[in-house]
Amino acid sequence: MSLLEIEDLRVTFRTADGPVNAVNGLSFEIDKGETLAIVGESGSGKSQAAFAIMGLLARNGGATGKVNFDGTDLLSLSPRQLNKVRAQDIAMIFQDPMTSLNPYIRVRDQMAEVLQLHKGMSKKKAVAESVRMLDAVRIPDAKMRVSMFPHEFSGGMRQRIMIAMALLCHPRLLIADEPTTALDVTVQAQIMDLLTDIRKEFGTAIILITHDLGIVADSCDKTLVLYGGQIMEQGATTDVFAAPSHPYTKGLLKAVPRLDRDDDELQTIAGEPPDMSCLPAGCPFSPRCVQALPQCATTRPALDLFGAGRMRACHVPFAEVI
Amino acid sequence: MPTILSVQDLHVDFDIRRQGAWPWTPWQRLQAVGGLSFDLQKGETLGIVGESGSGKSTLARAIVGTVPTSKGKIVWKGDDLAAMNATARRKHRRDVQMIFQDPLAALNPRMNVGEIIAEPLTTHEPGTSRAEVKRRVGELMERVGLLSNLVNRYPHEFSGGQCQRIGIARALILKPELVVCDEPVSALDVSVQAQVVNLLRELQRDMGLSMIFIAHDLSVVKHISDRILVMYMGRVMELATSRELTREPRHPYTQALISSVPIPDPVAEKARHRPILEGELPSPLNPPSGCVFRTRCPKVQPSCAGELPVMQDVGNGHHVACPYQEVQQVLVTQQA
Amino acid sequence: MITKPGDVELIANAAGLAEVKGRSLWQDARRRFMRNKAAVAGMIVLVFIGLFAVFGGFLAQYPNDYVDFTLTGAGASNGVPSIETGHYFGVDPDGRDLYARTVQGTGISLMVGIVGAMVAVVVGTLYGATAGYVGGRTDGVMMRIVDILMSIPFMFVLILMLVIFGRSILMLFIGIGLISWLDMARIARGQTLTIKNKEFVEAAVATGVRPMTIILRHIVPNLLGIVIVYATLLVPNMIIFESFISFLGLGVQEPMTSLGALINSGAGQMNYGRLWMLAYPLFFFLITLFAFFFVGDGLRDALDPKDR
Repeated sequence: MSLLEIEDLRVTFRTADGPVNAVNGLSFEIDKGETLAIVGESGSGKSQAAFAIMGLLARNGGATGKVNFDGTDLLSLSPRQLNKVRAQDIAMIFQDPMTSLNPYIRVRDQMAEVLQLHKGMSKKKAVAESVRMLDAVRIPDAKMRVSMFPHEFSGGMRQRIMIAMALLCHPRLLIADEPTTALDVTVQAQIMDLLTDIRKEFGTAIILITHDLGIVADSCDKTLVLYGGQIMEQGATTDVFAAPSHPYTKGLLKAVPRLDRDDDELQTIAGEPPDMSCLPAGCPFSPRCVQALPQCATTRPALDLFGAGRMRACHVPFAEVI
Repeated sequence: MPTILSVQDLHVDFDIRRQGAWPWTPWQRLQAVGGLSFDLQKGETLGIVGESGSGKSTLARAIVGTVPTSKGKIVWKGDDLAAMNATARRKHRRDVQMIFQDPLAALNPRMNVGEIIAEPLTTHEPGTSRAEVKRRVGELMERVGLLSNLVNRYPHEFSGGQCQRIGIARALILKPELVVCDEPVSALDVSVQAQVVNLLRELQRDMGLSMIFIAHDLSVVKHISDRILVMYMGRVMELATSRELTREPRHPYTQALISSVPIPDPVAEKARHRPILEGELPSPLNPPSGCVFRTRCPKVQPSCAGELPVMQDVGNGHHVACPYQEVQQVLVTQQA
Repeated sequence: MITKPGDVELIANAAGLAEVKGRSLWQDARRRFMRNKAAVAGMIVLVFIGLFAVFGGFLAQYPNDYVDFTLTGAGASNGVPSIETGHYFGVDPDGRDLYARTVQGTGISLMVGIVGAMVAVVVGTLYGATAGYVGGRTDGVMMRIVDILMSIPFMFVLILMLVIFGRSILMLFIGIGLISWLDMARIARGQTLTIKNKEFVEAAVATGVRPMTIILRHIVPNLLGIVIVYATLLVPNMIIFESFISFLGLGVQEPMTSLGALINSGAGQMNYGRLWMLAYPLFFFLITLFAFFFVGDGLRDALDPKDR
């Protein structure tokens, strides 16, 4: 059985201008020790899906569907039970580490508190474990630096602290929401490298939420492409990149300039990212799609299985996608 | 091709007051740009890459003239920027325009699109008739891919990509000679980035613009630039044509930078060797002696701590600031 | 050179496209304000109070300085409010019509509040925006001046001024004008410092827009949201301030009056049973203040950038 199984997840926000559907029928599963990338642009609902899994949606949001984590449906849990799962089994790291670190408390105390609370460790043991974890995320001089305040660390170091903190209770699933977007490329490479090592060392399954196709290609087993809150396609990363089955994925891959190629003109996807408050009735990508058929605007394509465990939602047959 | 802009041994320093310091303690000096030199030809696009804290944005502002320089010269069409009189400075302001990183923040939320785009025009040619202003604004909006009937709309009614087009239109209305783009696409969605990059290239070609394109993303810079200048902590590491810089990087920092850039292709990614740069940027208040990169350099030698490395010309306009430079391929290049 | 509006339309037609109307942030704010029921109610009340102050005098049967000798010094039972006698709000011990006096007092109080707030908006905003935008030493000097002015006990100075130069409404306005802009200047400066670092200001600087134009076109419009909110909350403060001065007997001169002066004399008459003399001015005083506070609150919610 998979570690996490999501079935028809829907997230809706009530706003003054009517309901906004951020996620429309998201289904996927992830196994132990696997890395899944959720790729999407702004307004694709990728972060909201993660928040829904964690039970961290804003107060005007609601989630329906099934989120099965190791046999328990997270959406049906009480806040108290969910807290326990969040503490022990699922951890999340964010784009801006400072939002989740208290600037007035030493790193040592913040980290030890987690262990004292959830594992009932003594303070001394908890601090020792925290230092060990900071060592594991390759913070130099962890023993000395553990008593510093968060603002004394650089952006990359803070993200390492966040990862160390997320790993303290040895979670089985780590959700990383744009973990490297605020970082420089050289530091991004360090952090991605670290995440790969952590997966090997701790066997943690990782959901990587990102807009950057480059880091996906390097580090993820499976890729899921999201647009307008709906899955466009999903499959093994190598397959998706080698033979994208959806016009959106294809367009996206062509729109990214590549360092190893001398292409003259970038191909573009016309139009703007979708407005979530007024999505078309059919495929959300249809207004921008070069291959759109008449039915694309009215009927939502079903998510079909094909090939080796791949899925796609498109009216245009696979062979005809250009 | 005539040289339009020449930067000679440029230094930009900031005086920083340490927080909680006494009023009489001397201010600390932060060197944002240290000893930078390059020439820009007419119609050329120069890319400037560097990580945060490399001084690339400060350099842009010094060229535009909003940040004072502390040493060295910026020569715009033969005139030293610092020694210009009011008329020449006004001409410089008009000929050199800037495009900003955050498309929405760069537009005054209380002004409508027409007023925003027209502002440089009404500033520099106050006598222009309303109809003429309107005509030129409309023309330019169409040119950058916006419907001209949206002139009365406000910035918050547009998406990020459209806001950036408005910013581009504002920069182009005076028909400038040089456009300085400071991270113009890094705040945009992937699918919109390509639109804006293509638009800039097209406009540059059509209008014969010179362009300085600053970004942290080497793949975008490579795509749009003729030559690339790599900066680290306010200093030039390497300067070469974009093809040569990516194919045959010589400076260890450039090599590390290229190998850090992820390539959206699992096959190509597995095929290449990716040495990862360790460590982080040293504090700019207390930069390393000698070569600023030596604390993270994989090929560091004892002598690197001593003298500042001299810029070496290795031919074909390729300059490297490293005495131990050698060509190392970090990419498996393929034809598209 | 100015073209006729017709030319502009011609060009729009030539393009074959009708121009789309934009929705500015002000319009957005107005929509949000209109949704706030308490604020709208406050606004309506304010409109009525304004109408009362301006046109209420036409309904009065007696001028405000007319002394009705038949009722002078009469007991509490004679001067009671009544429709028949035409003294809707009753009379005071001097036989003056309280209705006419309340109308006049409301007018003075509103004027004091609005003039104070206007001085604050105009002087304070420009002063603060200039100090904040120019920065450096100029900023230091300008803000120290504000600090010095603030450290002077103004109530004391104002009372001295009123005693020395005589009690006149002009003096009162000068006194209120002198202090009202200080806080506003500080608020405007603080906001300017944040706006100054926005890229759109940098863009204007880079294009060569003149500093004064930048302040007026780019800084001030973006300050106005906060300034307006603060100004609506300043009006009641000014009214209270004036009332206090008048309560001490130093404010407006007889036969002119203000709500504060009326409340003062009403309070003095409580023991003699003329409760209406306290009740009517106090009622107008309170609803004016509440209305201003509600409107200010509504404006703050409507203009709050966080809500955007």
